[in-house]
Amino acid sequence: MSLKGFHIVFIVFSTLLALSTGAWCVWVDLVEGAPVYLAGAIASFVCAIALVVYGVWFYRKMKRLRIIT
Amino acid sequence: MEIPYTISTRPDTGLWNAKIGIWLFLASEVMLFGGLFSAYVFLRLDAPPGMWPHGLLNVPVGTMNTAILIMSSVTVVLAWAALKMRKYRAYWWYMLATILCGVIFLTVKLVYEWPQKFEHFGGYIKPEALEKYEQYLGNKHTAEKNLPPRLEITGHLHNREALSNPNIKEYEVGLDPVNADPANPAMDRPHFLYVPPTEKIGKIDKADVERATMFLPTHSAYFASYFTITGLHGLHVLAGVLVFIYMWLPVSKKLYQRNPEHLANRVEVAGLFWHFVDLVWIFVFPLFYLL
Repeated sequence: MSLKGFHIVFIVFSTLLALSTGAWCVWVDLVEGAPVYLAGAIASFVCAIALVVYGVWFYRKMKRLRIIT
Repeated sequence: MEIPYTISTRPDTGLWNAKIGIWLFLASEVMLFGGLFSAYVFLRLDAPPGMWPHGLLNVPVGTMNTAILIMSSVTVVLAWAALKMRKYRAYWWYMLATILCGVIFLTVKLVYEWPQKFEHFGGYIKPEALEKYEQYLGNKHTAEKNLPPRLEITGHLHNREALSNPNIKEYEVGLDPVNADPANPAMDRPHFLYVPPTEKIGKIDKADVERATMFLPTHSAYFASYFTITGLHGLHVLAGVLVFIYMWLPVSKKLYQRNPEHLANRVEVAGLFWHFVDLVWIFVFPLFYLL
């Protein structure tokens, strides 16, 4: 696997981590009731969306530049 | 002598040699970290109630370090893409950003996270003496709430020489909030943040302590696995940073001018290693910080 392929795999795992961190924050917020965790959940879900957007942008850019083979 | 297949692919494998080499190396790394992660999981599953710390690590700091590593993976792949497009200047800047991310990650680990633990004290109380320290442990309260028992008193050790001097008969500890106010319902839950010790001093007879150390690998299986895995990961980050610094120095420009594809291949191999190191952290973070 090339670097671009591994990078896409890495971004997928990072997105999953961001989603699970967000879910964890929601869970802790329900248990603890501290607003800091709600902010963390929102930030994590925003990061997950940003990572998906970046992943799509990266794939398209590599394809356009013919670096994806 | 010219080393063959550093740029062109081998006819039999369809790959250039360094790429096969790095993937074989990464396969061995998977086995190394896989073994350590398995050990961690089994140690945790087998830990008696009250013997495995939870929510001790600083989640915001860990999250920041995770974001830094993800960012560094983005910059390293952009550095490689810049080389492929023959834009050396852009490569130089992306590589510098990658190096800085690695250095920040290591600095946070070595200057903030680890030293904080080296300064923290924990003493496990002998089962027969637990009743004597009920005011610090609050085990009647935990039993009422159906929570695991508290077996350890933690905080800032005021008389550190007590650890090595047998003539000192007790530990003087600036108690952590959980031991300063053990019946407080807020202490029933893990914090996931750094909570400094209180001003309240607790005195613990050495004779009542099963084992007492700072938060070092000798403290518990938890800290042994924490320092082993994060330490080994940190060494990998350091190795990656050193390789990137070499590829960022003017010597790389000479190679670029002579054969840009050769430098691009070197960066790709180093980038694969870096992505693996970052991927390991993607597993370390939830395992140690969140769960």
